[in-house]
Amino acid sequence: MPGAIYAEGLVKNFGDVRALDGVDLDVPEGTVLGLLGPNGAGKTTTVRVLTTLLTPDQGKASVAGIDVLRHPNEVRRRIGLSGQFAAVDEYLTGRENLQMVGQLYQLKAKDARRRADELLERFNLADAADRTAKTYSGGMRRRLDLAAALVVSPPVMFMDEPTTGLDPRNRQALWEVIQELVAGGTTLLLTTQYLEEADHLADDICVVDHGRVIARGTSDQLKAQTGGERVEVVVRERERIGTAEELLRAHAVDGGEVAVEQHTRRLTVPVAGGAKLLAEVIRDLDGRGIEIDDIGLRRPTLDDVFISLTGHAAEEDTADGDDEDGGQSENSENSENSKKKAGAAAKAGKK
Amino acid sequence: MTTTKTREPAQGGPVAPSGRGGISQSVNDSLIVAKRNLIRMLRIPEIVIFGLIQPIMFVVLFSYVFGGSIIVGGTASAAEYREFLMAGIFAQTVTFATAGAGAGIAEDMHKGLIDRFRSLPMSRGAVLTGRTLADAVQTALTLVVLAVVALLVGWRAHEGFLKMLAGFGLLLLLGYAFTWIGALIGLTVRTPEAATSGGLIWLFPLTFVSVAFVPSENMPNFLATIAQWNPFSATVQAARELFGNLPPNYVAPDAWPMQNPVLASVLYSLLIIVVFRTLAVRKYRRAAA
Repeated sequence: MPGAIYAEGLVKNFGDVRALDGVDLDVPEGTVLGLLGPNGAGKTTTVRVLTTLLTPDQGKASVAGIDVLRHPNEVRRRIGLSGQFAAVDEYLTGRENLQMVGQLYQLKAKDARRRADELLERFNLADAADRTAKTYSGGMRRRLDLAAALVVSPPVMFMDEPTTGLDPRNRQALWEVIQELVAGGTTLLLTTQYLEEADHLADDICVVDHGRVIARGTSDQLKAQTGGERVEVVVRERERIGTAEELLRAHAVDGGEVAVEQHTRRLTVPVAGGAKLLAEVIRDLDGRGIEIDDIGLRRPTLDDVFISLTGHAAEEDTADGDDEDGGQSENSENSENSKKKAGAAAKAGKK
Repeated sequence: MTTTKTREPAQGGPVAPSGRGGISQSVNDSLIVAKRNLIRMLRIPEIVIFGLIQPIMFVVLFSYVFGGSIIVGGTASAAEYREFLMAGIFAQTVTFATAGAGAGIAEDMHKGLIDRFRSLPMSRGAVLTGRTLADAVQTALTLVVLAVVALLVGWRAHEGFLKMLAGFGLLLLLGYAFTWIGALIGLTVRTPEAATSGGLIWLFPLTFVSVAFVPSENMPNFLATIAQWNPFSATVQAARELFGNLPPNYVAPDAWPMQNPVLASVLYSLLIIVVFRTLAVRKYRRAAA
């Protein structure tokens, strides 16, 4: 039986650009899937297909057991969407925004009002409820946007880069809200370019790149796949780097190279043997009289996973995603293009 | 409920009821969106105020600068030109609502609101219908203010209250029809700035190559023909007729819309609504922000 979110062979072309190249997903009810990938990987396009905003060229999808392509309106009743930028009307107050969304979910005016009050309370916006959203801080807008996605307590939630553009404190606060939500049994699909975020929030992770899922599993599984612990040492005196390098090379796992960063006096070596080996390294360094500022055993992060899978860092091409809009990040560099192409393709399709 | 599976709501909140569907849901959703847009207008009164300045300026400038030089119905009387002119200015003003509708919808696209609306179980045409209805309310208010200014510079309706209302009704209908063109432009261009200029540029030739400001008789032949068949002219002519603003010895051109302006005006406006509403709603359904 397919999960709460299910997709099979999703393909979407925007003109010459293949945004989705056969995406398969299966998210069991009540779990969190992190869709992890750089800008333009196809994360947002996947979310847009699953939330009925975009029709795929090929493939099928269901949400909460309902066919997305055949019964989009039934799907819409059961999902909440929180997008890359807070989609709230800034000239309406927080309360007016939530009431409007509630009524458009077909709640009665009275129920929509009551639910708006509940959510404002829960998202710590009660004091600002009657101010226009224009006066809200970035974090408040995100919370309002998330509240809008939760107006009907949807069984399935989609969050597209929910914390892009937020400062660390607000990001932390939003994570807590998301964890609370998931604890309540909601199935969540979350896209992110922040590996830390996927690590923190997701049960399972799908790494996407160029419109394909290139790896999937739990965070631990992915890290295990990448393998390799490393010992990292920062020596105190620059002139001892050479000696330290020699010494570390002896501990390297077969064929491992010692990476040296001269300016930070940091040496990194791949090892096998865990804490016991770390103790040995310390003893050896001490025996040679090499003073150290820092030493540690590093396990691979999702960053390492990503680099080993794709050959490039997850965030390397996001420089222009951090604009003041809070990052309309995915596709931001080619979105204009792909939209035009999408338009052209749509026209061609009609002929 | 036609659906198979309803889960316990995850967070103790309400479950989205299955919509009533059909026209009643469509009307309801449209009114909710219209209300939202009217609240916005109240909170950004600059838009309404600036929207009034231009037509008021036109009333004053055309009345006093051109009035007296333009020959209408055989005489170059400033008073008669003012009477003749007003319907033209009214009509031009209502069509300028196009730019507002376009800019508003482009802004909603740009800010991701259209995505939110499209992910909700609401009626497909409601976002656009709500916007155009709100614009119609704004247009009606603008017409009231403009009519007062027109009265101040000496314009009068001579055919009684009901015919005057009918005249304004036709103007409002034309304005409503044009906001659907604006909606389509807004969905197409995607930035509010482009929608504003894109919504206005073509309105100048459209409103000037018409019978709005000068009679078509003095134009070169081909322009006169365009002016007489221009949908915009039909409403101007109809309003003039209903207001009793045609000069005493004025002879309407032979073109059918000029001979039957009220009917032509209604038909043109309905045609524009049907065509552009269909196109705009289709565009909305596949809109990508």
